[in-house]
Formats: sequence, C-alpha cells, structure tokens
Amino acid sequence: MSYLTDDPIDPRALVERVVRPSDGAYVLFEGVVRNHHDGKAVESIFYDAYRPMAEKEIDAIVREIAARYPDVALAVVHRLGHLVVGDSSIAIVASSPHRAEAFEACRMMIDRIKETVPIWKKERGPNGEEWVGWQGRC
Amino acid sequence: MPIMKVRLLFFAVLRDIAGTDMRELAVDEGTTARDVWQSLRNEFAKLADYTPPPMIAVNESYADPETILRDGDELAFIPPVAGG
Repeated sequence: MSYLTDDPIDPRALVERVVRPSDGAYVLFEGVVRNHHDGKAVESIFYDAYRPMAEKEIDAIVREIAARYPDVALAVVHRLGHLVVGDSSIAIVASSPHRAEAFEACRMMIDRIKETVPIWKKERGPNGEEWVGWQGRC
Repeated sequence: MPIMKVRLLFFAVLRDIAGTDMRELAVDEGTTARDVWQSLRNEFAKLADYTPPPMIAVNESYADPETILRDGDELAFIPPVAGG
C-alpha cells in the first residue's frame, strides 16, 4: 500500500479502509492548500518528494504511532504534484474504540510527518514561486 | 586509489539549482557526504553561502554528514521538508 498518490484524495475511501465495527470514533484530518503564506498570496502548490524514502519514513511513523496507540487503526495518504487552493494535500484517519486516542494519534501523525518525511512544496502566486523553507538560505 | 561510483539525487530547490535530478559521481575512497556538499557549493553560486549541508540521506535513510560513501551508494541532500 502506497502512502503517496498523484491523484485527488478520496477521504471516504480512506475512512472505509480503516474503520472497524468495534470502533466508536474516527478522526479524519485533511490538510488543504490555503491561499496565503507569510503574507503572500498563493494560487497553487507543487509537491515534490523523494518517493521511496518518503514511503519508508511515513511507514516508520505509522509503526511508531501504532505501537504507542495499539487500539487505533491508522491510514494516511499524501498527494504530490500540482494542487490548487482548496485541494487536500494529505488525509489521515485514526479510528479507535474511544475518541481520545483517535484525536491524539491523528495529531501525532500529522506533526511527525511534517518533521521528517522528505516532501517539499513550491508555492506559486501572482509574484512568482518559491520553495517553502529555503528562503534566506541562498 | 580506487575510484567509487555514487549516484547523487537532487530534489526540490536543489534540483532547480543543479538543473538535473540525478548525477553519477566518481569519488575517491574516504569521501564523505559533507565533501560532496562542499563540491556542490563550489560549483553552484546559489549554495556558496550555505555552509552546513542540509539533512543528508544515504540509501534512502537519514545519515550523518561525516558518513563515508561506499561504491554504489545513493546520496541525496534533503532541503528543509514541507510535507503535510
């Protein structure tokens, strides 16, 4: 199962993949492209990745969180390529017998993914484009 | 001295700067990932001010800049990540 896709994300399919009859709650998180960043207008984003390494890093995070929250079922998919404002770039589902663990596991998942997974974004707006995080370094 | 072949991958801003996504390098025995970064700084003016290397991956895993490269290794410099 790949964690990366070049196609629009179908969050319902992700939910159906993980929710079990014994679950009493699931948390669905979607990150979406916003129309501004650091005070500048954003029209679209290009997401790039070191694909095989990103797959490995996300898998390691999924395993880490599954070990910490053994009752929680997890699914995550990150979209790559050109996205426009309002598109979902990532969806995470954490499903659990009880809601507290589902919220915690989902929050931990998105936080950890933002830390280490080799995925990058280039924002495009009316005044040009730039790679996020690289500003001031060159 | 034996010459080793290393595959260097470029992503995101580094691919734009290098103008390519991959390069085959022939390096001397004992060459570190940091040495390769230094050579890129010498080659590309846009990297000249960037002294410490970004995060480094060797064979799809994060690695220390002082990692000594081996024949057949796949090396990538990882600019600040921005997933999610």
